Amino acid sequence: MSTTNILLTGVGGQGTILASKLLTLGLIAQGYDVKMSEVHGMSQREGPVLTHVRFGEKVFSPIVEKGKADVIMGFEELEVLRNLEYLRRDGQGIVIFNRVRVNPMGVQNGKEKYPLNGEELIRARAGKLIALDAQTLARDLGTPRVMNIILLGVLIRELGLENIDWKRIIAENVKPKFVELNQKAFEMGKNLTKN
Amino acid sequence: MGKLTVTHTIIRTEKEEALKELITGDEAIARGAWEAGVRFAAAYPGTPSTEILENIATYPEIHAEWAPNEKVALESVIGASIAGGRALAAMKHVGLNVAADPLFTFAYIGVNAGAVVITADEPGQFASQNEQDNRNYAKAAMTPMFEPSDSQECKDMLIEAFEISEKHDIPVLIRMTTRVCHSKSMVELGERREIPIKPYTKDIKKYVAVPANARPMKVKIQQNRELLKEYSNNCLWNRIELGETKTGIICSGDCYLYAREVFGESASYLKLGFTNPLPDQMIKDFASKVEKLYIIEENDPYIEQHVRALGIDCDGKNLFPLNGEMTPEVIRRVIFGEEQALDEEVQAAVVGRPPTLCAGCPHRGFFYELGKRKNVMVSGDIGCYTLASGAPYHAMETTVCMGASISLGHGAQQVFDTIEGQTPRVVSVIGDSTFFHTGLNSLLDVAYNRSKVITVVLDNRITAMTGQQQNPGSGYTIQKDVTEAVNIEALVHAMGFQHVRTINPNQLDQVKETLDWALGMDEASVIITRWPCALKKFAPWDVEEFPGAFTETYLVDQEVCIGCRKCTRTGCPAVVFQFEIKKSSIDPDKCVGCSVCAQVCPVHAIQKVEA
Repeated sequence: MSTTNILLTGVGGQGTILASKLLTLGLIAQGYDVKMSEVHGMSQREGPVLTHVRFGEKVFSPIVEKGKADVIMGFEELEVLRNLEYLRRDGQGIVIFNRVRVNPMGVQNGKEKYPLNGEELIRARAGKLIALDAQTLARDLGTPRVMNIILLGVLIRELGLENIDWKRIIAENVKPKFVELNQKAFEMGKNLTKN
Repeated sequence: MGKLTVTHTIIRTEKEEALKELITGDEAIARGAWEAGVRFAAAYPGTPSTEILENIATYPEIHAEWAPNEKVALESVIGASIAGGRALAAMKHVGLNVAADPLFTFAYIGVNAGAVVITADEPGQFASQNEQDNRNYAKAAMTPMFEPSDSQECKDMLIEAFEISEKHDIPVLIRMTTRVCHSKSMVELGERREIPIKPYTKDIKKYVAVPANARPMKVKIQQNRELLKEYSNNCLWNRIELGETKTGIICSGDCYLYAREVFGESASYLKLGFTNPLPDQMIKDFASKVEKLYIIEENDPYIEQHVRALGIDCDGKNLFPLNGEMTPEVIRRVIFGEEQALDEEVQAAVVGRPPTLCAGCPHRGFFYELGKRKNVMVSGDIGCYTLASGAPYHAMETTVCMGASISLGHGAQQVFDTIEGQTPRVVSVIGDSTFFHTGLNSLLDVAYNRSKVITVVLDNRITAMTGQQQNPGSGYTIQKDVTEAVNIEALVHAMGFQHVRTINPNQLDQVKETLDWALGMDEASVIITRWPCALKKFAPWDVEEFPGAFTETYLVDQEVCIGCRKCTRTGCPAVVFQFEIKKSSIDPDKCVGCSVCAQVCPVHAIQKVEA
């Protein structure tokens, strides 16, 4: 089988790291070779985060090439736009995108404008676009923090990997008192795009 | 990032019984150190190597320490080796510059128990001031070198490096790069081998590098090198993978993975993992088997120059760039001319997300005031506060290397002072951890050679930029055991400074008044700004010293706000300017109540939220 390329992107504090950890653990449990790459720069709040995940029978490079991502899972709109060049250009790329905007400094102090046509630009380039407000959905479940797990659920459905025992993987990797909530969030994400 | 990874998730795959884990190269080095029976490890934090020691510190069998700098780390490793315990030092590439002095002579005296030095290079410069290729150090210091490409190799090569170190009586260098350090791949776990401590015997001829002893040491290294060449030609780490022979590729480190990704089975590979000394015979054999030979390596033509010196024709840096990462994209572009066209519409829409000082950062207030001063030259250093060189502060004019702020500033002041007229006054700014690293020596220079530099120690009570590591000022060791915390003010007094003040950098009046005081004197002074990093997990003594810190929030009374945007010029990510109504507001989820914006507001529109 060929290698599948996934990018997770957002800003620090949105839970991309836990989402990618759970994803890779599930893929390993299924017997895939997996590689993952993250570049850490300065330690500070709300810095951009970009995680590369590649899986298949045998994976060499840990990084996804531009124009070769099968899926971009975006936790923040501007970061999806910034990394949209990674998406495959044959119209087969999937973008799962969280309708959340975190203003960078330049926008906040009025020097720059947050792009208003982001979703439109993404839609024009994605073979399939799943846009959702995971933060509100997560809040409905009790805490905005599980937004990342809702998005993970959506991703798993799109990848057709529902047969992996995600319930167990979540149970083994989040704090006991949050297991049930995270499992619920995962189910919610997984069922969101049914039909 | 920089967080302590304490829990190791153990995975048992269905296919095989061996325990496997998906871990980073840094974590694999830590695991390898544990399995190799390492007793002592030391490091100074530096991206991308920081997590090596953080993970080693989770193994109780290894004594792990943050050293004040890389030179100290390596010297303590030399001692540990001589005393008979296997030892490891880890550092980022520029850290090895600091530790180069002991490295070169360590190669001469050799080891008792095995010793390994890890250098983590940064092709592409994600978080570093330069892009030097530390493979050159192995060549210059004549140490054997390994270049792992993935996490499994990190672990395996480290274990082998200790064997080589002991067999050949020499420290071994392992060269990693950012991608190797921070990428995760599968690693088979082993058990710890308990290596007994080797007895120490007094051996002045071996361990005292005076000329009479050192001359034969150098001869010994050269003789050893012949044996190591044989090893290089026959070891498992250098191997030929024959595919189609039209194209042959020699590569090392992560470049092997990138080349495999691009060429697959359509090329043959000489994959090099042991790269000093290089395997001459193997290179010749490989070159004779392939039609066209490429050398694919990041940064310098380290392998290429050697191949050319063997009289073999090849393509390398004549085609490939000397800088940046050698990603599959770069290889494709160079070899096949494939390049993805820029999506201009998207590019035009995207705005940057540059790093900023966090809300509540204690550097904000100080640099806000310093940036307003005229006729000063601000000599800067390496830390979060280097961001003060950018908008909106523009309050830092030089950054070279750790500790340079003070000594560079000293030299500048000495020259300025020989010029007639209104010449600049130098203000040297340095963080607490950087001050302990190499700023101390520089400050002695200011005291001893009597320049009138104003030195500012930005003491945020932690090593912040690399992710909250403890340091000699924080009161904890890496294992969070309570230890001595150096008193900076007393230390500075002991060096001979008469004018020393400690201030709260969030109090702008205090900052202003103190800068006036320092600039008003024709003598050297030291200012210590003491307030914790906004991300710091407080120690009990922090709670006592900084009561109520980071517990308050402020808000803008938009009835009063005149839209002058003075508050946004503090560069705080919690302050938002709402263009539609031309008023400022404060994000209550981000504000931690440093009050700097409230102090700069000319109409007192920003008020503390009463609990």
